[in-house]
Amino acid sequence: MAEQREKLLQVKNLKKYFNVSRHDVLKAVDGVTFDVYKGETLGLVGESGCGKSTTGRTIIRLYDPTEGEVIFDDQDVGGKLNHSDKKKLSKRMQMIFQDPYASLNPRMMVKDIIAEGLDIHHLAKSPKERMERVYEMLETVGLNREHANRYPHEFSGGQRQRIGIARALAVDPDFIIADEPISALDVSIQAQVVNLLQELQEKQGLTYLFIAHDLSMVKHISDRVGVMYLGNMAELATSDEVYEHPLHPYTQSLLSAIPVADPKIERSRERIILEGDVPSPIDPPSGCRFRTRCPFAMDVCAKVRPKWHEVEEGHWVACHLHDEEMKTEKA
Amino acid sequence: MNHLLEIKDLNVIFHIFGADVQAVRGISLQLNKGETLAIVGESGSGKSVTSKAVMGLIPNPPGEIATGEILFEGRDLVKYSKKQMQKVRGKEISMIFQDPMTALNPTMKIGKQIMEGLIKHQSLSKHDAKKRAIELLQLVGIPNPEKRVDEYPHQFSGGMRQRVVIAIALACNPKILIADEPTTALDVTIQAQILDLMRDLQEKTGTAIILITHDLGVVANLAQRVAVMYGGKIVETGTLDEIFYNPKHPYTWGLLSSMPKLHAKTDKLLAIPGTPPDLSNPPKGCPFAPRCPHAMKVCTEHMPAYTELSATQKAACWLLDERAPKVDPPTTIGVGGES
Repeated sequence: MAEQREKLLQVKNLKKYFNVSRHDVLKAVDGVTFDVYKGETLGLVGESGCGKSTTGRTIIRLYDPTEGEVIFDDQDVGGKLNHSDKKKLSKRMQMIFQDPYASLNPRMMVKDIIAEGLDIHHLAKSPKERMERVYEMLETVGLNREHANRYPHEFSGGQRQRIGIARALAVDPDFIIADEPISALDVSIQAQVVNLLQELQEKQGLTYLFIAHDLSMVKHISDRVGVMYLGNMAELATSDEVYEHPLHPYTQSLLSAIPVADPKIERSRERIILEGDVPSPIDPPSGCRFRTRCPFAMDVCAKVRPKWHEVEEGHWVACHLHDEEMKTEKA
Repeated sequence: MNHLLEIKDLNVIFHIFGADVQAVRGISLQLNKGETLAIVGESGSGKSVTSKAVMGLIPNPPGEIATGEILFEGRDLVKYSKKQMQKVRGKEISMIFQDPMTALNPTMKIGKQIMEGLIKHQSLSKHDAKKRAIELLQLVGIPNPEKRVDEYPHQFSGGMRQRVVIAIALACNPKILIADEPTTALDVTIQAQILDLMRDLQEKTGTAIILITHDLGVVANLAQRVAVMYGGKIVETGTLDEIFYNPKHPYTWGLLSSMPKLHAKTDKLLAIPGTPPDLSNPPKGCPFAPRCPHAMKVCTEHMPAYTELSATQKAACWLLDERAPKVDPPTTIGVGGES
């Protein structure tokens, strides 16, 4: 099924390193490979510092990739881009940020925030058309026309996030990267924003890269889910597959660690509690990144970095436990 | 029955910007020995203010406990002077905060921060206090405590810092531990470690815990009783199972069904429309009425009284009045347990 679908974005061996001092390099993203199909939602989950946000920000070119390819609609956008290419890219790819208090300029009126993209890309031919588009966007995200002349501080967190969504949608993009769009919101408001994102996807055929640490919300919104750990992708599959048949020990422990809002399940559940903390990405463990906390770590895990391969159709994993070559070698 | 802590008709008001924000509006609560009570609600529902009132940490001005009693083992903490309160705080009632990054003093060795309370409340000598500090670090699962007791907070990771904060809170064997969003700032795998630790410590020490959180998963994991707050009021209280499987208040319904389920398929989340009320001008009737899908005329006019549903569960909703039409909760509620 997956084969017939059109790939909107292909990320191949993407790396993003930051120089943190003269001798140290922080490997925030260290070789991730995945595709995003047209019209789907791909969820990226992982703990803080796993590189999920960096991946998103590198794809949209807020950071320049250290290595690797980003192919967006058959065009390589991972290499050097001049100003006009970047501009073209930003018309088709937009981002929704985590903190609705920090991502809106407090000195700009809502109408100017939403129309900023229109102005940059010269999408509105007249001031009237510009305002029409702003009103349209406000109504799309469930706000009123009257809100156009107000400032961000006059809105609640959920409403601000709606403004952020309206800004992203104004230029009519194909692909939206949502970086923790609901983490800063209250539970009842989270559901409102998630429902809005889903409605917009249905109506406008948008493709999402949904980055979050809340696994239950990611499962709810995503078609496929990628699990990241310390700059690497550990596992990627359809969301049902990831939650029902997780293969990677990290995915398994991550899933068992989430407290479920159901006392009966909580009482009967057996947890895999991971020891220790995530190692520093400046000096990550050799071989498999997860081996220092993995309950199944073998000798080979310290020596060889596990291959990122497809074990079943559409189910990718990087773990020696599921590597056919390793298994035969052992036998 | 004698409760360890009993809050009676507590009202907390903040005088800000010429308005009176009524953050907590007449709540009553009981806490028994050794149990875990969870207070859940959204930001601004008054759950943190309630806990700060118990700790005597309401800044005055602008805050003020207008009326009400907080009875701790029969003594009213509201009437306590600052000096008297200092003897309670940290010794008999202690608190752990949300953000372990800011709860610790960055310029003090963590051993010294743990010893502070021990020296002050238990009059231990420096030497004994340090020994106890090392014991406490061991208790909360910090490896190598003899060495780490002389380290500074920045040398610890987030999860380890939260363990230190818990060690400080438990230093004087308090009777009540107030945990204000203890795991919100932590990653899931670290959160699981801390929740495990808290349950373990409660079994060992018998401390009663007031858990303040918005995460119903954490509640299901740790609590025995639940109080749901909205708009400065407690709208429903009950045992864990009553709240999760047989809730009666529409806000509790909304809260439960706006969360996606990890173990079941949900097509669309049932969002609660609108936003929480402005407590500088609180609604006359039920605070949830403007967002409630079942609101009637009476709801906006009069605050409903509590209806006792069982010995442990009560809710404040006009739907529970005998004259009200019968409304069924959303179908997603009450289907507990996994197949």
